[in-house]
Amino acid sequence: MMQNMVGALNSALDIILQEDKNAVLLGEDIAKDGGVFRVTDGLLAKYGEGRVIDTPLSEAGIIGTAIGMALGGLHPIPEIQFAGFMYLAFDQLINHAARYRSRTRSARSVPMVVRTPVSGGVRTLEHHSDSPELYYSHVGGLVVVEPSNPYDAKGLLIRASHMEDPVVFLEPTKLYRLFKQDVPEGQYEVPIGKASVVRPGDDLSIITWGTMVPVVKNAVEKKGANAEIIDLRTISPMDESAIIESVKKTGRAMIVHEAQLSFGAGAEIAARIAEKAIFELDAPVLRVASDSLPYPYPGYEQYYIPNEAKVMQAIDKIMAE
Amino acid sequence: MLKDVFETSISYMQVMDEQGNIDQQLLPSGVDDSKITEMYKWMSFARALDAKVLSLQRQGRAVTYAPLVGEEATQIGSGMAMGPNDFFVPNFRQHGVFLVRGLPLDAFFLYWKGYEEGNAIGKGVNAVPYIVPVSTQLPHAAGIAFAQKYRKTGGAVVTYVGDGGTSEGNFYEAMNFAGALKAPMVLIIENNGWAISEPRSEQTMAKTLAQKAVAAGIPSIQVDGNDVLAVYKATKDAIAKSAEGPTVIECLTYRMSMHTTADDPTKYRNDAEVDAWKPRDPILRVRGYLSKKGLWDDSREAAMAAEQLKQIDAAVEKAESFKADPRSMFQHLYSYIPDTLKEEMDAAIAANFWQ
Repeated sequence: MMQNMVGALNSALDIILQEDKNAVLLGEDIAKDGGVFRVTDGLLAKYGEGRVIDTPLSEAGIIGTAIGMALGGLHPIPEIQFAGFMYLAFDQLINHAARYRSRTRSARSVPMVVRTPVSGGVRTLEHHSDSPELYYSHVGGLVVVEPSNPYDAKGLLIRASHMEDPVVFLEPTKLYRLFKQDVPEGQYEVPIGKASVVRPGDDLSIITWGTMVPVVKNAVEKKGANAEIIDLRTISPMDESAIIESVKKTGRAMIVHEAQLSFGAGAEIAARIAEKAIFELDAPVLRVASDSLPYPYPGYEQYYIPNEAKVMQAIDKIMAE
Repeated sequence: MLKDVFETSISYMQVMDEQGNIDQQLLPSGVDDSKITEMYKWMSFARALDAKVLSLQRQGRAVTYAPLVGEEATQIGSGMAMGPNDFFVPNFRQHGVFLVRGLPLDAFFLYWKGYEEGNAIGKGVNAVPYIVPVSTQLPHAAGIAFAQKYRKTGGAVVTYVGDGGTSEGNFYEAMNFAGALKAPMVLIIENNGWAISEPRSEQTMAKTLAQKAVAAGIPSIQVDGNDVLAVYKATKDAIAKSAEGPTVIECLTYRMSMHTTADDPTKYRNDAEVDAWKPRDPILRVRGYLSKKGLWDDSREAAMAAEQLKQIDAAVEKAESFKADPRSMFQHLYSYIPDTLKEEMDAAIAANFWQ
């Protein structure tokens, strides 16, 4: 059926709650209100307040309690209303969710999926538009996933709920309702840790994810470039072999992400390409990202987020080398 | 208009006073002299264990260690109040609780030698490992308590925090969450008077720490934390009514030694204060009671100490025979080894980096 990302995620949560009696949803405004973006709409009526839980307004409390639920044998799926508020729970994610399995040599684990909307472009207040994938990827121990379309969103979320690991599931706000796609009604998984080739090409590899996937697609089409677009889908642990394989084939690599340029995930990818494929490159690796500033107020966001023009210029630059 | 809309008070409970006199009205049912003797033995065992790790640390055979000496009644009283279905969530000083809850001693020493393998606590021990960042374990306790209620396993979750930890946001968030979820959690404030170099008076203007529960709408009580019977009773009572929701128990005890082996308390506190607490020692109090009744003497003491030391030495020997395998760092990060991580592990092995 044709669904946008919100509908696909809602359907995934419905399936997860149906198939796993130990799955519970918790978060602010997720039950009666169905979540501020309506991702959890209708689930309270179907599964009751014992499993779809409106919590106190307390991000560290939500994630800390969810970690406890997981330690106690449940599979919690907490929602943090916006990624910019998740820093209050950063300690719980970095110090505990990421470390519990290792700390106990697998005697205990924290199977949970933390959902939160990320990235900008929708003219919201300060702290509602951050792209924090790098923060959660750096520590190790967390799985960081970010879908760019409804089909992947549903399949990745179902896959995440089947894992025994803590998954940080980043949902690009801008893509929630941007387009619809044919999404199977039933259960299916999209593999975590595997990138997808959105579009094959021979002259240039563009590695991207989240909100930048449609931007890159449009830019490549408008340029008529013979570019291979790789949607990373899982930021960490990264599908390095997909990247290196593509770059070795095309000889050019560009990384496009919405998060700030400096110390971003693009730097990690560029370093891996340098380590494993530098002699097969025809041009220096190029990164396209937001400038190295905290996300601005909505009046300025159009000057901040990489757009098609910025990507098209970068394509010209790397193809001229 | 102005009217009172809320009032409260905090009770203080002591069952056995410093001279060993018992308030019979408060003595919990099922507690007889043989139970009190058992409490005495566990408290003595905890102190002996503590002394052993301290000595190993001074010899470079254990890592930085947080001693419990002086706090045995708080830990053993609450630990013995727990039943088989109850779950224990520690901070970093609850060695006595681990001991009485059945953590194998070699696992305990393995942890204090610096190996995660000491935390591989089997399902037989209803506990999670030591948690170091202060108060961050408390929301976990609320969540585990919720899970127990959800899965109808019965039992409560008993968790611990120090006096300094009550200044943390996680402390309030955990109480408030457990309250809102009506989760069966018992939160014990092990108020030992000091957070490293900061006395309890510098933490808050609040007269008691127990009263902090009032803000979350949770019942609380303050007890003599050096009175093993008071701690036992308060914990038993809280567990018994945990189906209705959480309880907070503030145990007034005293840190007789350093915060950890990394600091020197003579720099920041007076000996006079420590001396004033010596007559209130939790172990001497019970020994006085048992001696008066003719239930304890020097020969029993010597036999007990020798037996405990034997167990401790055997556990140390076992822990010291442990052979670390650096691959375990990689193998337990995720439920699987990602390719990129395996490459790092293989590179370290190929380079002989661990030899």
